[in-house]
Amino acid sequence: MDDPGDNTRLVGRSPARERLHRATELVIETVIRVCGVSAVIFVFGIFYFVFREAAPLLFGGLDLGQLLTSSAWYPDSSNPRYGAFALIAGTLSVTLLAMLIAVPLGLGAAVFVSEFCTGRTKEILKIVIELLAAIPSVVWGFIGLVILNPVIIDLFDTPVGLNILNGAILLALMSVPIMVSIGEDALKAVPDAYREAAEAMGATRWQVTWRVLLPAARNGLLAAVLLGVGRAVGETMAVLMATGHSVNVPDSPLDSVRTITATIAAELGETAQGSNHYRVLFVLGSLLFLITFLVNLTADLVIRGVKKR
Amino acid sequence: MVVKHAKIAFRDLRVRYGDKTALEDVSLEVAPNEILGIIGPAGSGKTSLLRVLNRTLEQTAGAKVTGDVRIDGEDVYRMRDVSRLRRRIGMVAPLPVGLPMSIYDNVAFAPRMAGVTDRKRLEVIVERCLRQAALWDEVEQRLGDLGTKLSGGQQQRLTIARALSHSPEILCLDEFSIAIDPVTTMRIEEVLKELRKHMTILLVTNLVQQARRLADRTAFLLLGELVEVGPTEEVFGRTPRDRRTFEYVHGHFG
Ligand SMILES: Nc1ncnc2c1ncn2[C@@H]1O[C@H](COP(=O)(O)OP(=O)(O)O)[C@@H](O)[C@H]1O
Ligand SMILES: [Mg+2]
Repeated sequence: MDDPGDNTRLVGRSPARERLHRATELVIETVIRVCGVSAVIFVFGIFYFVFREAAPLLFGGLDLGQLLTSSAWYPDSSNPRYGAFALIAGTLSVTLLAMLIAVPLGLGAAVFVSEFCTGRTKEILKIVIELLAAIPSVVWGFIGLVILNPVIIDLFDTPVGLNILNGAILLALMSVPIMVSIGEDALKAVPDAYREAAEAMGATRWQVTWRVLLPAARNGLLAAVLLGVGRAVGETMAVLMATGHSVNVPDSPLDSVRTITATIAAELGETAQGSNHYRVLFVLGSLLFLITFLVNLTADLVIRGVKKR
Repeated sequence: MVVKHAKIAFRDLRVRYGDKTALEDVSLEVAPNEILGIIGPAGSGKTSLLRVLNRTLEQTAGAKVTGDVRIDGEDVYRMRDVSRLRRRIGMVAPLPVGLPMSIYDNVAFAPRMAGVTDRKRLEVIVERCLRQAALWDEVEQRLGDLGTKLSGGQQQRLTIARALSHSPEILCLDEFSIAIDPVTTMRIEEVLKELRKHMTILLVTNLVQQARRLADRTAFLLLGELVEVGPTEEVFGRTPRDRRTFEYVHGHFG
């Protein structure tokens, strides 16, 4: 490497090779740029196609007030009414309860795996959690139907066990693996020097976790939670099977509901393309898009606010 | 040389990482309120020695400690409450690590962990430690800023303030001047001369002249072997007991 002959050869590279070198550089740069831009294009593309199907109804007679505030969902009747309030309430209630269960569970498991486990236990736990993430959602729905359903009926003495609680438990179990794996990455990224410094000052492992690690990893942990929320809001199959499929504004976790996603999945196949019913489902799709967008935006603002402090 | 009423006593200490020996048969005593300089080239086991004392070494996978370590005659490895032990020892690492919290919280961290909640008392502790570490004047107006935003030299003094915040009996400094400028180093050296009135100091240093300036006695470690320990003027004089010591401290090391 220190051979001076080598050096001169590098410096005195022939013009032709120099040009080739520049060209390769340019190609690589362009490819990377195209990849980045196309990700943005895809997102907008998806939104465009969903919105395009929804637009004729949205701007041609749909009563937005009714859509957002009424629970009368009679899309098939001769005098159709499109009140999606119950569906929105169903989605939000299932998601909210799912997060109430999943966030402590997921973050707790992330902390446990990252800070309190070593060696084989850690490896085995990580594999099991990854396995959990690989279970298809229709299987979760099945678990909701045949296992959780009777358990809930027994435990709470209700006539049906297909309800918010059932769906929320399933969604929680589905989003926990994401939270654990992202959360664990976030904790792993906290420099060991912090742990050592805090421990050298006599902090116990719990104190280190609470006072140093969680604050230091909060951005990553927040990301973990939000990805979990994203999964829960968008999940279809499991909630379709486990929440009872009844259009209803709930007032208890034991009420059956129907979510936006479940409605789209169940009804889209039976509508004629271009009909009002078909279009209103795309309006719901746009709404779902808007909700996830708002969740992400909030997350972004929160993270930025945290960073500024 | 045997110290009467040793503050710290290592006897037949051996440290292994897997099958690699980092310290072999080290026996060493430190008197109360003395500054013991510990010198030796990189990889000699200086850091390992300090980590044995506050028992952070046992968290390293594969690390194994045998022998006897005592503080005030009490066996360190029989102590139940490791946190309590660590609060008796202040530790300053080679590279400063400002915890990702405010300057104030950095210094208040250890007292809070130890259960101090009174605001006034915490404020008193924070100011005392920052003054002792010769940092107070520079940060008095910005105690709420992130500790990680200070310059390298300031962060190192912050870690010293932190190490003092739980009023330790023993202060361990591990090559503290590696990341800071000579002027700041001199200021901290003055601080250490003051601090020794209240505590026992283990000064691991890569600058042999620093040991010469500050230490009462100096220990020379080489590849895990304690080559020599004695009064500093003797170790640095014309006739240390071991020829290797002479070569190392006078820079003829090959
Ligand atoms: N975590 C570790 N794992 C394996 N070997 C280590 C570890 N820490 C230190 N060692 C080895 O132990 C020896 C002593 O290291 P150390 O105590 O850091 O010496 P010093 O502080 O004098 O440079 C070195 O050979 C080093 O490679
Ligand atoms: Mg070292």
